[in-house]
Amino acid sequence: MAAPIAIQLEFGGGAELLFDGLKKHHVTLPTQTEPWDVKQLLVWIQRNLLKERPELFVQGDSVRPGILVLINDADWELMGELDYQLQDHDNVVFISTLHGG
Amino acid sequence: MPVLCSCCAEKRAVLKRPKTGHSLCKECFFCAFEEEVNQTIVSAKLFKPGERVGIAASGGKDSTVLAHVMKLLNERYNYGLELMLLSVDEGITGYRDDSLETVKRNEQQYELPLTIVSYEELYGWTMDAIVKQVGLKNNCTFCGVFRRQALDRGAIMLKVDKICTGHNADDVAETVLMNVLRGDIARLRRCTAISTASEGEAVVPRCKPLKYAYEKEIVLYAYFKKLDYFSTECIYSPNAYRGYARTFLKDLESVRSSSIIDIIHSGENLSVREGVKMPVQGTCNRCGYISSQTLCKSCVLLEGLNRGLPKLGIGKHNRLHHKILSRQPLSEKEERKLKSAEF
Ligand SMILES: [Zn+2]
Ligand SMILES: [Zn+2]
Ligand SMILES: [Zn+2]
Repeated sequence: MAAPIAIQLEFGGGAELLFDGLKKHHVTLPTQTEPWDVKQLLVWIQRNLLKERPELFVQGDSVRPGILVLINDADWELMGELDYQLQDHDNVVFISTLHGG
Repeated sequence: MPVLCSCCAEKRAVLKRPKTGHSLCKECFFCAFEEEVNQTIVSAKLFKPGERVGIAASGGKDSTVLAHVMKLLNERYNYGLELMLLSVDEGITGYRDDSLETVKRNEQQYELPLTIVSYEELYGWTMDAIVKQVGLKNNCTFCGVFRRQALDRGAIMLKVDKICTGHNADDVAETVLMNVLRGDIARLRRCTAISTASEGEAVVPRCKPLKYAYEKEIVLYAYFKKLDYFSTECIYSPNAYRGYARTFLKDLESVRSSSIIDIIHSGENLSVREGVKMPVQGTCNRCGYISSQTLCKSCVLLEGLNRGLPKLGIGKHNRLHHKILSRQPLSEKEERKLKSAEF
């Protein structure tokens, strides 16, 4: 059993508009049998935080192309993307590049 | 397990560059990004020492990064340019007034003088008023046409030699795709050009120093540098057509990250068979702006607004232009056509 973990989520570049305009969210992911990875985090976000138009945030089981993900201030492409295992106190940032230049 | 920077091999890498696949630390990324913009500017000879250059500033990520990098490179490499910010106020409550606040902060942060020209002073119409008359379907046509000319008019007021805009690699690739889909061969040929020459007195030359910079890198540059930018969608529904092209492009990019540069290169290398008819650029009879018709698009749209015939200028009503130009009355049938309310 994995203990619950507390992480910080941030949405920016316009992605915050899908979350009531709120940029920072402190959340606790509940206990579950396997460790939490980013793929499961996306499902959790969809069920618990996403307020509107999910198609602007997720596509398939990943984020919509054009949304950048940073884990502890590093590009998630360097961290294993969906397979990254979340740790207590991690900071995950989602930035939309799709909003106005 | 942190990945190390492939450039300095010392610090933790913070991003994987879409263009090269290299993993870089923050400092090496800043350095690579700025150097590439400098390379673009130098190799395309975008500026000459002593020039006055207006930076088209919207408060969004692209133009904020552009202003920051232009200021920095101008000092680092002694370009000898006199830089200033030029913004257009379309008159959209709750959207443009907020983004203009960002530009005003940029004015302080970068110590660059700012000039704002508004649709209201140039055309006598704000976008809010235009939308009231034309509705939400074609308002982006008005906004796009008016903005292009507004920047030129502002640039002439400021007596700048050039305008630079924040168009990035993704924007250019998108425009290539859109012009292919529309079959617009004239625009397709022009849209990949890094700079436009002066096309007559009413048009100030423009250039795109960020033409080869990927959107991902622009956004991350702004993020890591903590630049202050504004990112809310225009409240009058964004250009849907561009939206499709953008989504398609992002899907392509997620399969192969070089697709953006590949599309730009195909656009650049396009050659048009001899004998293909191209529209001849002349000038507008009323305002002197470049136009392939007797009246430029902006004058036609404006005439439509002022006469309460908003459909004028949307779609093909070219044969009515001479009537408008000579202030002849329109027939009842023509009026009905241009008024029709399926906006
Ligand atoms: Zn952009
Ligand atoms: Zn480094
Ligand atoms: Zn005109």
